[in-house]
Amino acid sequence: MTLATARKRSVKPSPRAGGPGRPVDHGAWFLVLPALIPILVLSVGPLLYGIALAFTDAQSGRTEPTQWIGTLNFQDLLHDTLFWESFRIGLVWAVGVTVPQFVLALGLALLLNEELRLRWLARALAIIPWAMPEVVVGIMWRLVYNPDAGILNETIRDLGLGDGRDWLSGLATALPAVIVVGIWAGMPQTTVALLAGLQNTPRELHEAAAMDGAGAWRRFRTVTWPALKPVALAITALNFIWNFNSFALVYVLTSGGPGGRTRLPMLFAYEEAFRYGQFGYAAAMGCVMVAVISVILAVHLVGRLRGGEDA
Amino acid sequence: MRTSRRARAGQYAALLAYLVFLAFPFLWLISTAFKPARELASLHPTWLPQDPTLDNFRQAFDEQPLLRAALNSLVAALGAAVIAVLIATPMAYVMARHRTRLAKAATGWVVVSQAFPFVLVIIPLFLVLKNLHLINSVAGLVMVYVVWALPFALWMLVGYVRAVPAEMEEAAAVDGAGKVRTLVSITAPLLAPGIVATALFAFISAWNEFFFALVLLKTPEKQTLPVVLTHFLGAEGVADLGPLAAAAFLATIPSLVVFALIQKRITGGMLAGAVKS
Repeated sequence: MTLATARKRSVKPSPRAGGPGRPVDHGAWFLVLPALIPILVLSVGPLLYGIALAFTDAQSGRTEPTQWIGTLNFQDLLHDTLFWESFRIGLVWAVGVTVPQFVLALGLALLLNEELRLRWLARALAIIPWAMPEVVVGIMWRLVYNPDAGILNETIRDLGLGDGRDWLSGLATALPAVIVVGIWAGMPQTTVALLAGLQNTPRELHEAAAMDGAGAWRRFRTVTWPALKPVALAITALNFIWNFNSFALVYVLTSGGPGGRTRLPMLFAYEEAFRYGQFGYAAAMGCVMVAVISVILAVHLVGRLRGGEDA
Repeated sequence: MRTSRRARAGQYAALLAYLVFLAFPFLWLISTAFKPARELASLHPTWLPQDPTLDNFRQAFDEQPLLRAALNSLVAALGAAVIAVLIATPMAYVMARHRTRLAKAATGWVVVSQAFPFVLVIIPLFLVLKNLHLINSVAGLVMVYVVWALPFALWMLVGYVRAVPAEMEEAAAVDGAGKVRTLVSITAPLLAPGIVATALFAFISAWNEFFFALVLLKTPEKQTLPVVLTHFLGAEGVADLGPLAAAAFLATIPSLVVFALIQKRITGGMLAGAVKS
């Protein structure tokens, strides 16, 4: 495999040299432009515009011209305890979802990698949450958590564990309750990624280790985990980012309530921008979120590059 | 293999626990959708409807413009999927075959774009689309969805292009086929299944999307299904559970059907994209 790839590359004329009879560059531009223009106009451009807005007093529906106000938004943000509380909740949520999600998904992936009967059915069922609209996931769990008609409280009553409670409006239970939904919703993607990684681990090595009398745990640690580590790192990092930026689930479940206990940063910024019309201030929040995520992403990428020099 | 009988039993028990955890909310949704109002008001809800009815579905269609919303969703999702794949495939081809600086920058954008909080992108987009009078229009939403779908479309398609051996194209070139001829008659047919899978995945993603639709679509006759579903929740969070469940169930069916079609290809495609050059 490796040899073939290496040969392929050495045979191919380098694009800059422009091999005989292959005017690569013009053709390449022609192929790239249809996607490049929308990316520049509707993604890169707005992003830069958004960062610029963070340094202005832009508001929705105002007639006076927008003005540059330097770092005033960021100074205000620094003293905005509500925002930092929301930021803290965002981190608790992102970690609280990402870590159990990974552990549970790893367990499921290991099971699905075994030669169990009805494995195909289990695989198909296990990814159903992936296909569902987030809004429907939120609605579904509201039905589960419903204090009177919900199945959770009914089960608790049946088991004689008390009367149950109003999970989503209790100050203490709201955040844990939405975290459970977050874990549920993201498990399939994580499981699929880990399963793909597991199928790349060398089976012979596994057998050899088993012959040598290594127990299941040792085989996992010495054979499976090293092969799985790059995939695990990548999917956890992505999950963390996606979870930190998530919106629809919690919007449907609690709208950030009760008393802001589940107000994730995205919900906070959304309200600031589209309920109160503070575009500049909300953009500044977005910038702070990007900055924090970038630091985490950078740390992650450095770790990954160190781990996979051959890539 | 050498797994003992007891360990096997444990594995089945664990798998069953996982499936119960993953399946029960969905089963509860379906059960609720078919329950008559009397059972929903009961303080002791049962797992299955005692007296199944379609009333909730009827009521759901009466309360909210679900058909209109489904049509909007369909237009937005189809438009986004077709356009995204049309423009992403050529670019993915270049990214997979040529290691230019542009291709590297594009790969960088695919990765970095995952880290943007949408709020930072949607405020400027909102202002731009407002100037173009594309707020509260499905066309404006399609534009946003196309760009939003591009990163993962490129990611998947680059993987599929890499799976087509470059030697085959070189052989065609040696036989005297031009660049365009080679692309059309050699590469495109081999890529077709991957392109279809990518388009269907983009379709599901757009069909399910909520945030952009919430911000950009203002009036009920323009809104897509996920946004209209939230109208069932009411102001105080007091919801009419039956119609809510019925509408949510209906809105999920298209996603599930399409997902079942491409399930194998999606997982394969993600892996292909993940194998680095």
